[in-house]
This record gives sequence, C-alpha cells and structure tokens, in this order.
Amino acid sequence: MFAAENGLKGDPRLQAISQAIRVIPHFPKQGIMFQDITTLLLNHKAFKDTVDIFVDRYRDMGISVVAGIEARGFMFGPSIALAIGAKFIPLRKPGKLPGEVISQAYELEYGTDCLEMHVGAVLPGERTVVIDDLVATGGTLSAAINLLERMEAEVVECACVIGLSDLKGKRKLHGKPLYILVEPREIEDCC
Amino acid sequence: MSACCNDDPRIHDIKSKIRVVPNFPKPGIMFQDITTLLLDPKTFKNTVDLFVERYKNKNISVVAGIEARGFIFGPPIALAIGAKFVPLRKPRKLPGEVISEEYTLEYGRDCLEMHIGAVEPDERALVVDDLIATGGTLCAAMNLLERAGAEVVECACLIELPDLKVNLLSQNFT
Repeated sequence: MFAAENGLKGDPRLQAISQAIRVIPHFPKQGIMFQDITTLLLNHKAFKDTVDIFVDRYRDMGISVVAGIEARGFMFGPSIALAIGAKFIPLRKPGKLPGEVISQAYELEYGTDCLEMHVGAVLPGERTVVIDDLVATGGTLSAAINLLERMEAEVVECACVIGLSDLKGKRKLHGKPLYILVEPREIEDCC
Repeated sequence: MSACCNDDPRIHDIKSKIRVVPNFPKPGIMFQDITTLLLDPKTFKNTVDLFVERYKNKNISVVAGIEARGFIFGPPIALAIGAKFVPLRKPRKLPGEVISEEYTLEYGRDCLEMHIGAVEPDERALVVDDLIATGGTLCAAMNLLERAGAEVVECACLIELPDLKVNLLSQNFT
C-alpha cells in the first residue's frame, strides 16, 4: 500500500521526497526510466524524512530485524534499524558474505540472479521488515522473503521508497504486506 | 592515528563483535566480518555514535561511503551530523554522469565512481568504509572528492589492518 493511502495523505514530506528523486532515461537500457535515489541522499531533510516515516511506522511493531537488499537497501535499512533498536541484516549478491549462507535464486527479465543471507543472522520467530529502494516486479523482495522464512522468521512487511503504480490499491506482494512511499516519476515532472 | 579513544569501553565491545572468517575470499586471508556487529543493536549504535561524536562539530557537509559496506555505516553518520550522503560505487552502477578513479589491486586494477554534481567545491568531506587495508580504495575515494573540489577532512574506518603498509595521500585517518 502507498503511504498516501494509509495515514499520510497530503503529507508534505512525501511530495518533497518524490521531487528529490532524479529520473534518468534509458538506464541501464533503452526504455527504462531509472529512479535515482542518490539525489534524495543529497537532500538531508528529505533523506531524514524518508527514514523517519519508516521509523514511525515500525517502532511499535515489535520488529527485531531489518533486512536490507544490496546495495541501495543498505542506504536506508541501517538507519531504520538503529532508530527502532533492531538488528540489521544485509542480503547480498553471491560470494560477498564470508560466512555460511543460504541462497535463493530469483528470476530476472533475462536469466536468474541470487540473493544470500548468513546462517544464524536471524532466529526463528523474529519479526522482520525487508527494505529496498524500489519495488518493480517484486522478484528480489520475494527472494528476500523466502530467505527469512526459510530461517523461520516472520516477515511483517516489505518497505520501499518507490513502487510502481501497478501496485496501487494492492496491500500485498506475494502474500506479504507492502509499504511504499512514492510512485516513480516521469521525466516531465523533473524540476 | 588509530583508535580515536582507546580507553573508551565501547571500543572493546566493538572489537569483540567483529567475526574473523579464515581463508575468505581466498586462502591466507583472515576476513574481518562486520555483519556480526550489525546483529547487536547496542554495539552498532555505539559504533555510529563514536564517529558522530568525533565529526559532528567539524562542519562536515558530505559523508562519502564506499560500496558496499561503507553504505551501511555512512548514511547513519551523515544523518546524525546533518550532512549529505554520497555513494562511491563500482563502475556502471551510478546512473548519471560520473567521474571515475582507477586504483591498483593486488592483481589488476579496479575503479570507483562518483556522480558529477554530488559534491560542490570547498565542501568538507568525510570518507567512510568498514576496513582499511593498503588504502588503495580510500585513496581513489579521496581523489574523486578532491577532483570535485571538496576538502577531505578525514577517512574513517572501523578496522585497520596493522600488518599492511599503508600509503595515504592525506595526513589524517582514523
């Protein structure tokens, strides 16, 4: 669900967050309007507001784990984890985590990729939130959910800064609640 | 200079939470794994607080983090000290126009990139990574920032490998 549909309708922070995101046409390939959050990170107030909105939502939900998807999930997840007193777990591309891992393959438009998590990072029964910068098809988020559930954690929600508008009105993605701050912008909206 | 505050009780706790994984990524390397530190909220908070205490009154407007573990520590520091966060990334990850800096690895070369326009001339910058070994990556990071006209105030890392010869352009590192 989008934040504006759930308690934050008209919240000026959301508009500022949306406008701080830069759109780069045809990256990484023709036809894709890439939503670049690095410009959001350059705007201290908008970056802080982004983190605060997630923190306000999750601080009283008994969340003990924030899992962030490499690499842009790392830019948001740890700050949220620190503010709510949760641990942070990086979910990484293959071969990056040094210890014993479990792996989950997922589909790309062409081919497959893989996400890994350290064994023992999350304990059975822990309440978790997964964070990434953007959700498109949900393939990566699904892989993340699978990793956590294979370790018997409970995925309470998936949280993303940006989500495709196809997801509007939907509360869940692959059976898990989804919380999104803003929609992608078109190039004409750029300031 | 290392260990900004050796007597600080938080330092011992931080050291004890870092896991050593032998022979990763290859035989002979004792890998310093910070993911176990991230599993202890109090220790993770102490780590960030130590850096924030050091940098909050130094007029730093940019925290640059090196992909990918610098992305874990850099943003919380940036947020706490009122600075912007700039990710320094491997080639072709950043979507906009970039400047690139090559650096030498044990075998071969690698490259770090930064968005043009992220940093303005005369901004005071901090570079953050989890670990410093030879300093090659940190030097590339400093070069990128200096090419954009920024002043690198310091490089900040959790871990320093004492046995490697460090060759840094900048005077200060922690």
